Order: sequence, then structure tokens, then C-alpha cells
Amino acid sequence: MINIPSAIKISLRALRVNKMRSALTTLGIIIGVGAVIAMLAIGTGASQKIEEQIASVGSNLLIVLPGATTAGGVRMGAGTQPTLSLGDSEAIQKDSPAVQYAAPVHNGVAQVVYGSQNWSTMVTGTTPDMLEVKDWPLEQGRSFTGEEVRSAAKVGLLGQTVVDNLFGGIDPVGQIIRIKNIPFTVIGVLGRKGQSPIGQDQDDTIMIPVTTAQKKLFGTSFPGMIRIIMVKAKSTEDLYAAEKQIVELIRQRHHIGQKQEDDFTVRNLTQMMQAAEEAAKVMTLLLGTIASVSLLVGGIGIMNIMLVSVTERTREIGIRMAVGAKTWDIRLQFIIEALTLSLIGGIFGIVIGVSGSGALAALAGWATAVSALSIALAFSFSGIVGIFFGFYPAYKASLLDPIEALRHE
Amino acid sequence: MALIEVRGINKRYRMGDAEIGALNEVSLGIEKGEFVAIMGPSGSGKSTFMNIVGCLDKPTSGQYLLEGVDVGGLGRDELAEIRNKKLGFVFQGFNLLPRASALENVELPLLYNGLAAKERMKRSAEALVAVGLRGREKHHPNQLSGGQQQRVAIARALVNNAPIILADEPTGNLDTKTSAEIMELFVRLNVESNITVILVTHESGIAAYSKRIIRFLDGRVIGDASAATA
Repeated sequence: MINIPSAIKISLRALRVNKMRSALTTLGIIIGVGAVIAMLAIGTGASQKIEEQIASVGSNLLIVLPGATTAGGVRMGAGTQPTLSLGDSEAIQKDSPAVQYAAPVHNGVAQVVYGSQNWSTMVTGTTPDMLEVKDWPLEQGRSFTGEEVRSAAKVGLLGQTVVDNLFGGIDPVGQIIRIKNIPFTVIGVLGRKGQSPIGQDQDDTIMIPVTTAQKKLFGTSFPGMIRIIMVKAKSTEDLYAAEKQIVELIRQRHHIGQKQEDDFTVRNLTQMMQAAEEAAKVMTLLLGTIASVSLLVGGIGIMNIMLVSVTERTREIGIRMAVGAKTWDIRLQFIIEALTLSLIGGIFGIVIGVSGSGALAALAGWATAVSALSIALAFSFSGIVGIFFGFYPAYKASLLDPIEALRHE
Repeated sequence: MALIEVRGINKRYRMGDAEIGALNEVSLGIEKGEFVAIMGPSGSGKSTFMNIVGCLDKPTSGQYLLEGVDVGGLGRDELAEIRNKKLGFVFQGFNLLPRASALENVELPLLYNGLAAKERMKRSAEALVAVGLRGREKHHPNQLSGGQQQRVAIARALVNNAPIILADEPTGNLDTKTSAEIMELFVRLNVESNITVILVTHESGIAAYSKRIIRFLDGRVIGDASAATA
């Protein structure tokens, strides 16, 4: 049996003889591998972006919205009737076992002033649990306490965008800002969150105690009412249980009879975003599959050239057989040739794929992510293609009759 | 025990409906160290006989014993191993690999019995020296004359220390002077190294270098005599 280094040497020489042909054959694999890597990078990039957004909003989220008003049979949409109260929020937190945190939200847009700077932003009245619900860490300072919520203290946590616009380089903690002309003490700064899945700047906000928002800033004719309740379930598996428990609990609290409709709505945010993530994964798979087809076509190109090569070198095969080459010596020679073509194609394909997805990210602004797994996958796939499509020509060569082969012109 | 012994071998080919007998009941023995010429007109079966003796082909019926071993029952790879270890081929058209150097051509049989590269180089270089091609190791076949190419082919046949060299019209493509040189090389190998040489030719001048002449006609042996009497 021939030893492998010698077989590799023979194959490399054969490939060098037809440089142009070898290069063109390799091109098929280069395009295939490059396409697989670039497509997977685009798909993975999209999934990762969605995942990041899910993480930025907070995971396992449910939103409870007040009910719809019905005026003369015209239903006005969720949130038009002020039916949720602070009590509902506290009850959800206390009585629903599948819920980890529930935070009320009573918000509105207000003008904020610090020194000579002013800025219009979303002021959110809530409880300290909001930071847990949204997985939102503090960058500096402290959060407000339960006591400060009870006493409607005039304290606030600033989002990064607000800090950037009001305080140019000054440490905001301890400073006094005016919201709708009411002085508030800045006690903390929220960490940077970035955009929400729908493109909102989540950092353009101020958090204050919910009671302060109700009594001092956004008073309504329904005292104690809140706009929404944000709920975090204990885990993804608990989302459905939490939804069911909240519906039952609020129906009970609002005295809604068996045949009456809910006067509130529960929305499952996480589920919506998971659906989007699923879609991105399906897209990745689809793109990868389409790209694999081009790799397959490249493989057929290799087989084609190897068959030509076997025919051209029939006499050489005959000589090798006459001096003692066995079945697998001949097969190995041609399989290694095909494998070399496909692996060289694989290496260049990786270069093209990685730089191509980098170019897409830089020029088109697409989110792309080249994973080590996709590189390994594409490279080993190109190797498998080489062996698979090299085998038939190699098999054909090994079955030649040495006498016929020697006579071949 | 004869080195080569064939007993009643037949070889038939099918060509369309007709069956052609290329060899009919051929029986003969060749001892170690003999120098045999096989003669006959084209179509007489001498090439078929050589292919069978060279383990490139199998008889339709009959027995072929090589060093007492019945070759008939062996498979493709076992025959390849016998060709590698026991037989050296020299062809009319040289059959060298055009893109390999002289040294690499000579090395070819060693490649298939798993020798280390260093040992292969050493033995190939020695074989080239033995056929008088010292200093031509790096030359490619197209840089060598016909006689030199045939010497490379002979070196390739020698390199694995095969006890038998089978030469099919080895001087067919060479001029008279070069033919004589090649034949003298065969004679020297036969005398000095006790290598058994079996040679197919239709030139009686070439056959005259041998010690024994076997004549074929229509698939049968019609004459077998020492060269002096033939």
C-alpha cells in the first residue's frame, strides 16, 4: 500500500499540471463555501439582533393593559378605559405564583429642566421592581425605595439619553431637576439599553415613584389608576400559567361575571419576539440550504473534472497497475486529488465568505455574525463533497483493465 | 521446480458471436536464469501469453504456476502484489510517466510497497546507475533519447529486485545500434544478476541474443529450442 505523503505528492503534481482547470474547478467550491458562510452569517446576525432586543426589553414579559371602552357599539381599543389600579399590580405580585415581579406604569411626556438645559422625555411612574422586570441595571446611585413610593417622594432615575442632553459631563446624582416645574432629586442613573424592537430609544426616560406620577405630574379624574402593568414571569415555562393566573385574578378583582368580557388585556411580549426569532432561524436554515446547493454544484464540477482526468490518464493508471498499484492505491490517488481541490476551495471560500459578510455589514449595514461553527461546518462539508464526488471517478479508475489501460492512447 | 510453469492454458475472447481462441493448450516451463525469446507473427498469441505470464491477464482455462504457486486463484490485488515483487515490465513504447523525472519513474514500483522515501531514492538512484544513466536522475522522459528512456524503463523493472523481466518488443522503437546496446544490457543482467529474461520479438537478430527461442503460431507453440539450434 502506498503511504499517504507520497499519494498527496502525486496528487498535487497532477493538479499543478492543469493549473487553470484546477483553479476553475476549485472556484465552484469557493463560491459554494463562501455562500454558505455568508448566508449563515446573515441569518445568525439577524437572530442575534432579535435576541439582543429581547434581552434589552427584558425576558419573560407580560403586559397588562386596561380594557377597551365601548361607545354606542364602537369598541375603542385596548387601553382606552382606565380600569387598572395600583392595587391590581400589587395583587398580581402577591397572589400569582407564576409571577416573579409586577410593576405598575403611570407615564406621560413632560418637559425636564436642569440649569439652562431642557429636554422633553417620557416620565415613567413605577415601583423599584421595574428594574427587575426589565433586567435593567443601575449605572450609578441607587433606586428609590418602597418607602419613597408610599410617600410620593420627588426622586428620579435618569436614562442615559436624558443624562446626555441635560448634563454635559456633570455628575447628575444629587442634582435637582425640574419636571413640569416641580423639583426632583436625581438619585441614580440607569444603564444604557439601546433601541427597543420597534426602534424606540429606551434610554430616553426618567423613572419616578408611581405615586408621585399619579399625584403630582399626571393626575387624572380617576385617582389611583395606572396605565399598564409590566409583569415578569418566573420562567419561560411559567408564561402561560402567569397569563392565566393574572386573567383570573383581575376578573375576580374587577367583579366580572362569567359571561362578561374582560375589561383588560394581557399581552405576551416574549412570545411575540420568540416568534420573530423562530422566523429568523428558519430564514437562516433556508439561506444555508440554498447556499449548500451551490456547494453541491461545485462538487459535481469536481466529479466532472475528475472523470475527464481519469480518461486522460488511463495510460498512467495502466502503468501504475502494471508495476503493482492495488485497487486502493489508485482510488486513494484520485480521492486525494478531489479532496485537495475541494479543501483548497474550502479555505479560499472561508476567506471569501468571512470578508464578504464583513463587507455586507460595513456597506449595507446588515447585522452579520460569522460563527466558528459555520466555518467548521462549511469546511468539513466541502471535504465531504470532495470525497463523495471524488469517489466515483476514483472507483472507475481502479476498475480499469491494466492491459486495456496500457494500450490506451 | 520450474520458475514459470504453464499447463494446458487456453485463452478465448468473444467478439460478437464468434469465439476466438488466442491460446490453445499451451504448456511449457521456464527455469530460473533462462533468457527466452518468444517469436511469432502478429496474432499468433505471443502477446496474450506474455500478459498471462505477467499476471496482467488470466487464462480461460489451464494452470499457471509461478514459483510453484497457482496464480489462477488469486484476486486483483494479490496479482498486483506479484507484479510488484516478482515481475518487471519493459514495453515497446517505454510507458514512462511523462511528467515525472527519471528517478521518480524508477521509484514507481517502490511507491506501492510502502518503502520510506529515503530508501526509495537510494534504490532508484542505484538502479539508474546499473543501467548506465548516472547523472540523469532529474531528466524528464522528453529530455532523454529513446535508448535512454528504455534504460529508465529497465531500471524501473530492476528496482524492486524482481527475479523476472518481461520485455514486449523492447527494441521495436529503437534504431539498430541502440537496439544492440539495450540487448547487451539484458544479456548482462541475465548473466551477472541471474535475472530471468523473457522477451517478445519478431526480429530474429534480437532473438539471437537469447539462449532459447519459443515460436508461436495460431495460439500454439510450434517450436521450442535452444537459440544455437533454432
